[in-house]
Amino acid sequence: MNDVGKQRRFPTGDLARVAVFAALIAVLGMPGSLNVFGNAVPITLQTLGVMLAGVILGTWRAALAVVVLLVLVAAGLPLLSGGRGGLGAFVGPSAGFLIGWIPGAAVTGWLVERAGRDPGIVRLVVACLVGGVGVIYLFGIPVQAVVTGVPLGTTALLSLAFLPGDLIKAVLASVIARGTQRAYPDAIPAVHQERLRAGGGR
Amino acid sequence: MNGLTGAYVPRASPLHRLPAGAKLAGLAVACTVLVLLTSLLALGVATLVVVALYALSRVGAAAAWAQVRPVRWFAVALFAFQLLFAGPETAAATVLRVVLAVALAGLVTLTTRMSAMLAALERCLSPVRFVGLDPFRLSLLLSLTVRSVPVIAALAVRVREAQRARGVERSLRAFAVPLVVGSLRHADALGEALSARGLDD
Repeated sequence: MNDVGKQRRFPTGDLARVAVFAALIAVLGMPGSLNVFGNAVPITLQTLGVMLAGVILGTWRAALAVVVLLVLVAAGLPLLSGGRGGLGAFVGPSAGFLIGWIPGAAVTGWLVERAGRDPGIVRLVVACLVGGVGVIYLFGIPVQAVVTGVPLGTTALLSLAFLPGDLIKAVLASVIARGTQRAYPDAIPAVHQERLRAGGGR
Repeated sequence: MNGLTGAYVPRASPLHRLPAGAKLAGLAVACTVLVLLTSLLALGVATLVVVALYALSRVGAAAAWAQVRPVRWFAVALFAFQLLFAGPETAAATVLRVVLAVALAGLVTLTTRMSAMLAALERCLSPVRFVGLDPFRLSLLLSLTVRSVPVIAALAVRVREAQRARGVERSLRAFAVPLVVGSLRHADALGEALSARGLDD
């Protein structure tokens, strides 16, 4: 406790949360946990996990959780949806979307942290839309345009095909986060911070 | 859930012996060069180089295909699209560029042990010590994550069974809320266990 700064900023409890959420994002991409509407609609829930990480962990921890996941993917673990892994994911056409997960989760978390102890559902939806959809597209579309050589405007237009699904995911993430935060108040970033401070960082 | 192994193919080739950091840097340079190459001729030469590198690594055709496979449909769609809007030459060039970059990245993955790659990436991440994550904690974080994947996957299976028992199979909410709450409970218990073992000091 006498260690200044370091331990305060990164208590072990947060380390565990970051690790478990990185794992949660990976698990949401696995088949079996993913056939939510039956097997007919093969949607990937990993961006849902990214948004949930943002809403529940807050800015820095959420970004770190995504970084940890991406590092393990880069090292070769098949943790992306459909069992993909390895460096190929980071040079392929969707590389920008993957990298965009990091700022996406951070922005989502930042917006929720600003809402204080009891973020309402509207606030959560806005945070998920801005961070989990807007920011990720902002990184993903230009990179895809560069990699494929398709003009930026056309790439953006083509990406609209994924927009409805992502909008639904943002709303779902908010509803799920709201439910989680009702059942487990410590899942609200502001409340968690307060508890850490009250407990003297312990 | 026990398929948590990398795609590494052990062989005795010069590519396998190169340090992981050098291969990562080489990959970054190669991808930049690929983006800058525009003529079909230059990309043809690049293709020969990539094929030669694969031959040198002796990983085999099946392993090579497994690396490129994820982008196959995308490549077809991209080719069709570019053929329509930019002509056959541009179409072939853009598709080659994407496939070659993915193939090269795959080659690095195939020829590098996961532990070596993790060590190289950890070194890249060492600036995070400025936010309070020293190298020890970073390693701990990475291994905790690897360990947590099967735990959370098992939790997902349990939640799914409970959901079936409750007759709310089709509700995503009835799946995700217990899963996230359960994950948080697990995380906080894990954090306390780490604290109790003196990881905070």
